[in-house]
Amino acid sequence: MTVDTAPAPAAPAPAAPARRGRTLPAGSVITTFLVLFLVVAAFSVEGFASTRNAGFLLLDVVVIALIALPLTLIVVTGEIDLSVASTVGLCSAVMGRLWVAGLPLEAIVPLVLVLGGVLGAVNGFLVTRLGLPSLAVTIGTLALYRGLAFVVLGDQAVADFPRAWTTWAISSIGSTGIPTVVVPLLVLVVLTGVVLHATPIGRSLYAMGNSEDAARFSGIDVARTKLWLFVVTGVVSALGGVYWTLRYGSARADNATGLELQVIAAILLGGVSIFGGSGGLLGVIAGALLLGSVRNALQLVNVPSDVLNIVTGVLLITAVVAPQVAARVKGRRRRRPAS
Amino acid sequence: MSLFLTSRRVRGGLTGLAVAAMVLTTAACGGTTRGEDEGSSGGNDAAGASADPDAEIPADLAIAFLPKQLNNPYFDVAATGSERAVGEIDGEFSQVGPSEASASSQVSYINTLTQQGADVILTSANDPNAICSALDQARSGGASVVTFDSDTDPACRDLFINQATAEGIAQTQIDTMAEQIGGAGQVAILSATANATNQNTWIELMTEYAAQEYPDMEIVTTVYGDDEDEKSFQETQGLLQTYPDLKGIISPTTVGISAAARYLSGSEYKGRVALTGLGTPNQMREFVQDGTVTAFALWNPEDLGYLAAYAGAALAAGQITGAEGETFEAGDLGEYEVGADGVVVLGEPTVFDAENIDDFDF
Repeated sequence: MTVDTAPAPAAPAPAAPARRGRTLPAGSVITTFLVLFLVVAAFSVEGFASTRNAGFLLLDVVVIALIALPLTLIVVTGEIDLSVASTVGLCSAVMGRLWVAGLPLEAIVPLVLVLGGVLGAVNGFLVTRLGLPSLAVTIGTLALYRGLAFVVLGDQAVADFPRAWTTWAISSIGSTGIPTVVVPLLVLVVLTGVVLHATPIGRSLYAMGNSEDAARFSGIDVARTKLWLFVVTGVVSALGGVYWTLRYGSARADNATGLELQVIAAILLGGVSIFGGSGGLLGVIAGALLLGSVRNALQLVNVPSDVLNIVTGVLLITAVVAPQVAARVKGRRRRRPAS
Repeated sequence: MSLFLTSRRVRGGLTGLAVAAMVLTTAACGGTTRGEDEGSSGGNDAAGASADPDAEIPADLAIAFLPKQLNNPYFDVAATGSERAVGEIDGEFSQVGPSEASASSQVSYINTLTQQGADVILTSANDPNAICSALDQARSGGASVVTFDSDTDPACRDLFINQATAEGIAQTQIDTMAEQIGGAGQVAILSATANATNQNTWIELMTEYAAQEYPDMEIVTTVYGDDEDEKSFQETQGLLQTYPDLKGIISPTTVGISAAARYLSGSEYKGRVALTGLGTPNQMREFVQDGTVTAFALWNPEDLGYLAAYAGAALAAGQITGAEGETFEAGDLGEYEVGADGVVVLGEPTVFDAENIDDFDF
């Protein structure tokens, strides 16, 4: 039995299939850190702890957290998808183009989601059928999809979306300040969490991330699973594109430029190993919230944006390096009595 | 490993397409389409409020300057102007902004300012619509919003400070040229691209104004340097060969004027063919100093920032509401009047020459 000594009421992460010997479930460190940060910021940063600010903060995090869901699954299998933000941009541009062409939004949204699936399938096909490394493939499609977005819409912006839709995108639940979109996002978080942590599919993803060969020999269709993960990531990124367009009320080819780095930052900060095979979803959500909260709090105390980028970078490196150092220290301690 | 396109998958894909087509056709009848929603109000929100021209500007107004991006020389100069104005009215100046000029990056900064309770937000929009809802929230939180340089949708701000009118830009360039060539002779225009809207508007107005004011000045041609240094350089060379009697070149683009100046300064035409247009002091300094260029024009971004800050303070104090015809004092720059759609025009562009160019750094 372990005793939780964290002072804050951090909910323990749903136990990821952690390797034996690890005492803490993946993500619990970052969740504790998030709670500590929120408490400190609430007392020391003027204007941080208010319903309005919570709303602003969550609106900034929504798309990052959304895309992080399927991308976490991809990273767990040891792959990566860097084209997510370009998919957001291309889907936003296509949404604008179709809207100008006179299609109803009720048709545009499903079409754009299908497009996202196709874009994801291209990634998945190149990675799983041609055996190319996902890093190389998705750097390519990162440029390709963004380029296509500019072909579709150029440097124009389409902005006359119906008010009812754009105000819904930034509306909040009653007077709580919590954005309405957090509700469907939470549903997706729970869904993804269940798939990753409580189903054979989820376990097979960790197996692939630890050893693809072993996974294949134990009867897992690695290629097919990964292909579908890329398709789902494409669809979810397209959903992100639709939401982004409505939230800012502006369809543009350069929408969400650079967002992929924020999503990957949230995932790594959340304790998911970039080499695959370990990590959990709760940590990722905590990572996204921590990045958003840090930015928000620093902005409120008028820290310039250049410094914000430096802080984010340092935070990220710390998050990636710290577990490595911890593991090495632990390894040395264990080895010493034996030698 | 199985092939990607098995018959089962093909069938699955077809089903997907069929579903998409069905969604499309059903939604096409009776969905939300473009043109139905005319709900966006173009009116001025402040219409109900009344202005009190004699109201005092309260001390300690929190005035925030939000440029398209930080570390951009143009906006740094504008910020200097705003900061000076805020100092004069005993306000609190702050500059915040994103490090990249993307459409949505300004939104979280506006949200932060709303949360901090800023009294005035001075901003240049990266996208006319993307920051609209954030500005709406800021205004309902009590902030006055002034845009400068790049406007938003007029419904989302109180005032827009326009750097110069098209007429002002056209007339200043023709007057500057006329002064240098004695109001007579052949003049050519070196523009950016053939379909650049602002360039074409200026060229049209320049031609009209020249014909009216300086009948002996003949605008012989317009060539296009596409805002590329190399091409502008070659076009200048071509102009001088085609028109041996050419007296002057007007280039209403910062890329064109500096390329033309570079060509002239190294050629036999230096000092014989006049060059003017729109350029920045830093880019043109060496050519003014070596005598290639006598005078050129551009609006002064420092004045732009200065005026924007005073306009914001006047709004916050209640001296004006943003309605057409209201007037306010803008420190050293004097009195300004609000025009249609809440637009305030800074005035004539500033003419830079050997005497004043060293006062400017942008």
